[in-house]
Amino acid sequence: MKLSRAPLAEGGDGRETAARGDPFVKARGIYTVMMRLPKFEYRVPREIKDAARMMADAGPQGQFVAGGTDLYPNMKRRQQTPKTVISVGRIAELNRIEGDGESGVRIGAGVSLTDLCEHPVVNRDYPMVAAAARTISTPVLRNMGTVGGNLLLDTRCNYYDQNYEWRKGVNFCMKKDGDVCWVAPRSSKCWAVQSADLVPLMVALGARVRLVSTVGEREVTAEGLYNDDGIDYLHKRPDELLADIRLPPLNGWRAVYRKLRRRDAFDFPVLGVAVRLDMGEDGTVKAAKLILGGIAPAPLAVREAEAALVGARLDPERIAAAAEACYVKARPLDNTDFIMNWRKQMARIYVTRALEALRDD
Amino acid sequence: MPERTKQKTHIEFTLNGEAVEVAFAPHKTLLEVLREDLNLMGTKHGCELGECGTCAVLVNGRSALSCLVLGLEAEGRSVETVEGMASPAGLHPLQETFADTGAAQCGYCTPGFLLVAKELLAANPRPTREEIKEALCGNLCRCTGYIKIYEAVELAAARMRGEELELPREAVYGLD
Ligand SMILES: Cc1cc2nc3c(=O)[nH]c(=O)nc-3n(C[C@H](O)[C@H](O)[C@H](O)COP(=O)(O)OP(=O)(O)OC[C@H]3O[C@@H](n4cnc5c(N)ncnc54)[C@H](O)[C@@H]3O)c2cc1C
Ligand code: FES
Ligand code: FES
Repeated sequence: MKLSRAPLAEGGDGRETAARGDPFVKARGIYTVMMRLPKFEYRVPREIKDAARMMADAGPQGQFVAGGTDLYPNMKRRQQTPKTVISVGRIAELNRIEGDGESGVRIGAGVSLTDLCEHPVVNRDYPMVAAAARTISTPVLRNMGTVGGNLLLDTRCNYYDQNYEWRKGVNFCMKKDGDVCWVAPRSSKCWAVQSADLVPLMVALGARVRLVSTVGEREVTAEGLYNDDGIDYLHKRPDELLADIRLPPLNGWRAVYRKLRRRDAFDFPVLGVAVRLDMGEDGTVKAAKLILGGIAPAPLAVREAEAALVGARLDPERIAAAAEACYVKARPLDNTDFIMNWRKQMARIYVTRALEALRDD
Repeated sequence: MPERTKQKTHIEFTLNGEAVEVAFAPHKTLLEVLREDLNLMGTKHGCELGECGTCAVLVNGRSALSCLVLGLEAEGRSVETVEGMASPAGLHPLQETFADTGAAQCGYCTPGFLLVAKELLAANPRPTREEIKEALCGNLCRCTGYIKIYEAVELAAARMRGEELELPREAVYGLD
């Protein structure tokens, strides 16, 4: 993804008076001020291969959309301004959930979060996935938002998720239209935050994703999908369509996700903790994955915490050591809700709670 | 005029049970199409970014935020707005109980609440208070403090099941 400094797209600043020329509106004197989408072309393919071809035709000005709950607000605020929007919403192949805990489950990228939360096999075999999805946004937004859109959610920042005038008022930021990262002005890197709830969990579980383009198809680990840069946040070419995500078979591992946010009703995470533990028959931890979300441009694997857990039973001392390692490693910046030092302190507490939830006794 | 028409797209869909045809600029949201091209002002606009829920409508029976759905996505589907809730026989039970309990004060959030509550009761005729809270958690109300809204949904649910529900006296008359 290239840094774009294009002038404001046609269609104005996103807050405009409606339908000035419309005779009906004129007659009634209705001039609604509303945040509006800029102009774009809209394509609705029915097959993955058609979507890939349309994207190849659209070139760098093209972008996929699924539920639109991330892309459309961003377009209204002129953070993202694609000229061609290609919907994956009516591709039947992307809308399926297949398999079970024994074989592993394949979740189509277009499956809505509501359908994921309600799916009987997911609830039976991967309850931690359904539970994490239930912490995302609201029931109405979950009817619209998809699994794929969540995994590819744009990174977020207090200086970026603002309307055009606001961003112009601070002379824009590096992620869109400007040069400086306002959270870390001397930084050459953008620090916008990975804020999708399924991301840390999918990385911890060792899920894999399938990417498709006209060039071909490839499968990568969820871990390999993310890049620690707020602008270039994915190891994925913009023309690659996310087709599905595969959860590993259940074979003795357990996992959990815990989320910190301001309002329990709904809010983006300001810290997410995902843990997967592979347990031996004797009750010792054979392997551990501990991933923090919501504090850096990419999900953060805390290797020191993982090392502290492996080779012993999950007792309070080990949990405290892992929590301490996460506290040290978590370095949130001042670009989300809440004071950053408090978020850092919460890493210790939320990691402790996540690990406590995985204990037998 | 010919130029304007050229930019417009033309779709057919079912709106509140009736077939409609409408032409609009293809990048318009369903919210804009409902309010500006179909003159249905019942669907409100608040944040226009998915954060407040007042623009909620039902698409094929499932709630959606019309500020984040393209009008084009209505094509071939069935859309219900607050204008479709009452029948010739009278108001929908939810509309009645929202009025009775004072769950609508300024009323700006009401259409969104009504439609999301309707979706809830279609799936779950006997929701608990917790389930009601969860279902409505994306709808913001700056007036009521929510309690009256939950009571209105409980009362409507009871009436739709053919039961009557005694609301606490203070719910209707306030504290003495
Ligand atoms: C008020 C509000 C609250 C929210 N709260 C949360 C929250 O608590 N937690 C959270 O994680 N998210 C939250 N979200 C964000 C969002 O709703 C979810 O992350 C949702 O899952 C995004 O999915 P979508 O299908 O709507 O994405 P879209 O907006 O359709 O797409 C998101 C991105 O992914 C790309 N994309 C989508 N599908 C594909 C595909 N198949 N192939 C290639 N590219 C694709 C798009 O180009 C875009 O860049 C919230 C949003 C709002 C408006
Ligand atoms: S106007 Fe659509 S959610 Fe606020
Ligand atoms: S009644 Fe005024 S916002 Fe709800």
